[in-house]
This record gives sequence, structure tokens and C-alpha cells, in this order.
Amino acid sequence: MIPEIGHLALILALSLAITQAIFPLVGTFTNTRSWVAMARPVAWGHFLFLAIAFGCLIQSFLTDDFSVLYVATNSNSHLPNLYKVAAVWGAHEGSLLLWAFLLGGWAAAIALFSRGLPAHVVARVLSVMGMISIGFLLFMLITSNPFERIFPVPAEGRDLNPLLQDPGLAMHPPMLYMGYVGFSVAFSFSIAALMGGKLDAAWARWSRPWTIIAWIFLSLGITLGSWWAYYELGWGGWWFWDPVENASFMPWLAGTALMHSLAVTEKRGAFKSWTVLLALFAFSLSLLGTFLVRSGVLTSVHAFATDPARGVFILIFLCLVIGGSLMLYAWRAPSISSGGRFDFVSRESFLLINNLLLSVLAALILFGTLAPLIYDAMGWGKISVGFPWFNTMFEMIAPFLVLAMGIGPMARWKHDDFAHLFRQVRVALVISLIAGGVALLPMFSHGKMLVGLGVTLTVWLIATHLKNLQERLKHKHGLKGLLRDLAGGSRSYYGMWLAHLGVASFIIGATVVSNYGIEKDIRMTPGSDVTIAGYRFVFDGVSKTPGPNYTAYRGHFRVFDGANQVAVLEPEKRHYQMQGRPMTEAAIDPSLLRDLYVSLGEPIDGGDWSLRVYYKPFVRWIWLGGILMALGGLLSISDRRYRIVRKLSKSEAATRKAGTNATGNPATETA
Amino acid sequence: MKPRQKRLVFALAALVGIAVAAVLITTALRSNLAYFFSPSQVAASEAPKDAVFRVGGLVREGSLKRDKDGLTVQFVVTDNAADVKVKYTGILPDLFKEGKGMVARGKLGKDGVFYAEEVLAKHDENYMPPEVASSLKTAHEAGAGNATRAVVQ
Repeated sequence: MIPEIGHLALILALSLAITQAIFPLVGTFTNTRSWVAMARPVAWGHFLFLAIAFGCLIQSFLTDDFSVLYVATNSNSHLPNLYKVAAVWGAHEGSLLLWAFLLGGWAAAIALFSRGLPAHVVARVLSVMGMISIGFLLFMLITSNPFERIFPVPAEGRDLNPLLQDPGLAMHPPMLYMGYVGFSVAFSFSIAALMGGKLDAAWARWSRPWTIIAWIFLSLGITLGSWWAYYELGWGGWWFWDPVENASFMPWLAGTALMHSLAVTEKRGAFKSWTVLLALFAFSLSLLGTFLVRSGVLTSVHAFATDPARGVFILIFLCLVIGGSLMLYAWRAPSISSGGRFDFVSRESFLLINNLLLSVLAALILFGTLAPLIYDAMGWGKISVGFPWFNTMFEMIAPFLVLAMGIGPMARWKHDDFAHLFRQVRVALVISLIAGGVALLPMFSHGKMLVGLGVTLTVWLIATHLKNLQERLKHKHGLKGLLRDLAGGSRSYYGMWLAHLGVASFIIGATVVSNYGIEKDIRMTPGSDVTIAGYRFVFDGVSKTPGPNYTAYRGHFRVFDGANQVAVLEPEKRHYQMQGRPMTEAAIDPSLLRDLYVSLGEPIDGGDWSLRVYYKPFVRWIWLGGILMALGGLLSISDRRYRIVRKLSKSEAATRKAGTNATGNPATETA
Repeated sequence: MKPRQKRLVFALAALVGIAVAAVLITTALRSNLAYFFSPSQVAASEAPKDAVFRVGGLVREGSLKRDKDGLTVQFVVTDNAADVKVKYTGILPDLFKEGKGMVARGKLGKDGVFYAEEVLAKHDENYMPPEVASSLKTAHEAGAGNATRAVVQ
């Protein structure tokens, strides 16, 4: 019964999506008020039915309803409840439902938090989101219905892929999808603006917080994914330039560019058509990501069993969305005024450089990711692009990006001069070059040149941003000004500051772990030891332990630093009964300065095992960087300029009146 | 310089820049490309002698052997039409199994053994790398037309 309700709810959600796509939009052109006013209630209804469908699928999992094909293939009665819920998005059908559910959620959030927006803007935005939803719901109902039944009903489910039975991964897809789907908001705002032909600062101010929220989720999703791959895949890497990883990184790059470009559009009215284009790209790349993951056209460590019919459907959908939006852009963009002028040396220029570099990087990664498809289609052979190529491309572009990142926030809007900028950054420049030079000394670098580059860039970012903060506080009475700013005045500045330091944290983490990390694959006999980077790992053998839905070999290690025991590590090799497959569970002793990492390979003979013993210095800084960026984003949307959050925050209600005067745009301020 | 000349110089510089970048990118790409060959193609000497490439297929049942040091393994990869011997030092991925699909990246030695630097098996049991699936299909079709060829399974 429950699955049928879910199925019915999906069909009703589709019919509401069709309503949401057509009537409000037509209403804005024919000036039919009642049709325009439909947008909000329909969006809520649409979300309600998607929530019902989503709830029904969760319920089917929790009650072990194996008559539902999707539950039978992805769950098991012995699976812990947390993973039964996570199993909902553990495979294709359910993750599509999650996509649609989140899309509905974003649309409902717009309907809820857009009271200050003109009715026809809301109508158009929601109608574009309805169109996207139609695509996904049709896709689900035609090719991949999560509520499909099977007969005869199996007594037991096939269990969730053991790799996915992990708290980190339980959270990874929802975060990532929140980001992907979140870019649909910026996309819809852009399409709505192109339809209406009105692109102004107010438009940028509306889209900006939505874009930043989506970007925060995407950043966290990617960070979680990288962390998960590190400890769960059992081989200690944190990024592989795998097509599926690239699929999430490209929208992130485009989204980052969009976020910065929106800032210019809001503050200076410049970059308008460029901003719109980036919004179209960010969402198109998100869709492409879904296509790459779900169609199985690329060889990937993340690829799951797939079905070509689905690939074709997504491809058609992709062409419609990208082609349609670009056509609209080509038709309407020439009428967008180019907006504020700026000189060659100005903050606008640095943001433009940042935008271009991010876009070029995204384009290169896109090229590298799709190259195997292009070669195959052209009949040039079946290839794969090695990850050194991606590394080279990244290392060629990222330093310039970081250089601009240091100077940009110092530069004045509209016009600045070289002499002024140089005075601002010269101390930072000298310090970072000295730091890089010291890092290059043979006793530190061991002949690895990239260490010098990494250290220089990290110090450069920190030094320029400290200087920038000092300059800012000089006019604000020091610490008191800082506190006042943080109390609500201008948090977005500190958001930028924190996020940029997150980049510094990422660079130093990536540099140190790539250059000083030690990875050893060895064979060990119980009772023997091995010393890596000064740590002595004593192997005490392997025992057998049962788990809820698996049995495990558990290795026992003691780690000594000199005479002190610093850690006990117990990696596991699990064997999941239902899926009949092994799974490596690494054991990690984490700390800010270094991780000690052990994972079991295979039993060899006489109690010997092949093992991976790793020393990973500073690896945590990579994810710390991701978290700092997300926190920065969070801080910046809590800025009082954006109504959404201000409404939620009581402490800011008092300063609201001042905010109305400062922003001086009554259209967005009416409650 | 007049504004028009300035613009021309700017455009030319941009063009040169793009050209240089394109050359750099494609050169870097070429040195990082790994072509895929099926065991049949390797057996027919179609694979390069001294460049890195990938070979993929099924791991033949009963072919997995381990050297004395414990970390070097040998196995036979097959597309059911031809076999290639693969040698690899390191820890095999969890899903590596006899009778299942895998892809290895490495070089072909003079002794006809493929020395792998990397062995990949997949997240999902039912997943088959597209290259392996298509090479198995090709070999199967060729085998159907040529009854004298021994086809395993």
C-alpha cells in the first residue's frame, strides 16, 4: 500500500509540476493575476507530494518491504536503521527521487522566502523550476520508478553496497545534491531575468544568497566525498580526478565564479551578461554531472551498474536545458546593458581574472573528462586521461588564481593604481617569497620544487588577508570595530576572509601530504614491526570478529613514537554475507599534524598479511580548508543585506531599520 | 597607438596566448593518454611496445598466483579469445576476483608479460567497465564465427 501511495504522489507531483511550469509563466505575459498568484501554492503542493513520495520510500526501507524491487536490491533486514535510510539514495532510482525532492524543497523555500520579490519574478522563477522538475519526474516515472514491485517477493534483500554503509557517505549525496540542485535557483533566476529583460542590482541581490547557500552545500559535499574516499576506499588518496569527482568539481568552479561575479553585478552593476552565462553553466554542469554518474558512459571507480535507455533520456534532457537556455541567452543577452565601467586596475578587473581562470580551469577539466568520449566517438581509440594531466593543468592555473585572490580584496572598486596596490601587498610579497625560499632549502624540500610554490602561495594568502584586515580595522577602531562588524554590520567581508583562508589551508594540506606523505605496501608477520617517519608500527596479528551484517578480520597494531605508545590501530577486512564481497575498513589515528593509516590487504600464509601502512602529514588541512570555505559562505549570507537570514535572526531585527536605509532599495525591503 | 591598433594588438596577443596554451595542453595530454587494448589485440601485437596502455578483461579462473615475497601477483586476463599474463606488485583492490572484470594500466614487457602499475576493479559487482564489455562482445562475435577457437565459458 505504502509504495502505491508513493507512486501516486509522484504522479501528482508531476501534474503539479506541469501546472507550476505553465500557468504562472503564461500569466506573467498575459497579465492574468490569478495565474501568477498560483505559483506559490502550487510550488508548496508540488513539494508536499514529493515529500510524501520520499517518506513512502523511507518507510518501505524501514519496514523491509522487499516486494519493492528497489528496496530488495539495496537493503537487508540486518542493515542498521541509519543505513536503511541512507540506502534510499544508495542507488539510481532513489537518488533521483532525492534530486526531485530537493528541487521541490528549493522551490518551496523560494516561495516561502520571496515575499519581497515582485510577483511576476517569483512566478517566472518557480515556473522554470517546475520545468526542470517535469524533466526529472518524467525520467523517474518512465525509466526508473523507485516504487516498482517484484513478484515473487524475496525473503531477504540483497543488502546495500558495503562501501556505502558509512556515516560519511550517508551524508555525502544529500549535501552534493543540495548543491547541484541549489544552482537551479540561480539558473531559474537568470532565465526569469532573460525572459523579463530586466537585470539589475536587485536581481543580483536576490540570486546571491541562494547561490551562496548552494555553493556551501556543494563545498561540504565535495569535502565529505574526499574524506570518505580517503578512509573508506582503503588506499588513502583524497582526490583521484575521477570523472565522477570532476563532475562535482566543475559545477563548484563555475559556482565559485558565479558567486564572485554576482558580487560585482550587485555592487557595481557590471558583468551582467557574464553572470547570467555563469549561472547557466553552473547548473548545466550540475546536470552533466548527474548524466556522467548515471549513464555509465565513462569508466570510473565510482560507476555503478547502468542502463543505456536512461543515458539517452538524460542526454536529451541535457540538450534541451543547455540548448534552450543558451538560445534564450543568445536572443536576449544583447539587450542587457553592459553596466558600470571600470579601469584596467580595479577590483572588477581582479574579479574578472578570477572568473576567467576559474572558467578556464572548469573548461580544461571538462575537456579532460570528456576526452575519452570524444576519442571514442571519433574512432581514435579507447583512451583514459591519466591524473597527472589534471594535476599539471591545476598546478598551472591555480597559482595565478591565488595571486589574484591576494590582491583583489585590496583593490578599490572602479579605479585603483599600481603604486597604491603595490604598497599594500609589498610586505606580504616579501614574506611569502622568503617563506617559499626557506621551504626550498634542500633540508626541508628534499628536492621537491612544488613545496616552495605551495608554501609561497599559502603564506601569500595569509599575509595579504591579514594586511587587508588591518587596513579595514584601522578605520574602525580596531577590535571594537571587528566585534561590531561581526555583530551584524558587514559579515560578508569576514565570510570572504574566512573562505580565502580556507583556500590557504587547502593548499598547505595538499602540498605537504603530496610531498611528504609516505605510503608503504608490505608483508608482515605477527609480532614483527615496521618503522615509518619515526613511528614504529607493531603488528600483533589478526583475529576474527562478527558484525551485524558481516564478519571481519580485525588487525591489531600498536604504534610507538620512541618508547611512547601513541595509538592502537584496528583495521578490518569485512566480508558482507549478502553481497558476498569483501570491504577494507582502514584504521586511522588522526591529528592536525599527521594521520597514521593502516589497512589490511590480503592474508598470505602462516598468519602473514599484506598491509598498507601510511604516514599522511597535514592531510586534515585539506578538509579543514573545505569546512572553512563553507563557514565563510555561511557567515557571508548572514550579512544583513540578505533578507532570508535576517528574518530568522532576532538579534538583527533591531538593526533592521538601519539596514533599510543603508541598502536603500525599498523594493526588496518590504515585508 | 590609436585605440583601433591597440585592440588589434590585444586580439593578436590573445590569439597567440590561446595557441600556445592549446599546444601545451595537448602535448601534456598526449604524454598522459593511456589507450585501451583487449587481450586479443595484445596477442595480435597491436599494442605499443614501450608505451603505457591499459588492458582489460576477465581474470581467468584459477590463474591467480602469488610470489614468495607476498606482494607480487600474477594472473591471466582474457577476453575469452586470447590471454595475456599480468604481473603486479602491490595490494589488489577488494573487488578483484577470479572470473570478474578488471582493467590494468602498465607496460608490455619483452617477455610478453604485462607489467601493471595499477589494477582497477569496480565499486559495484554488476558493473563492467565499458571497454571490457565491448571487447568481450567483439571477441564473442569473432568466436562465434570461428568455431575452431576455444571459448571458455
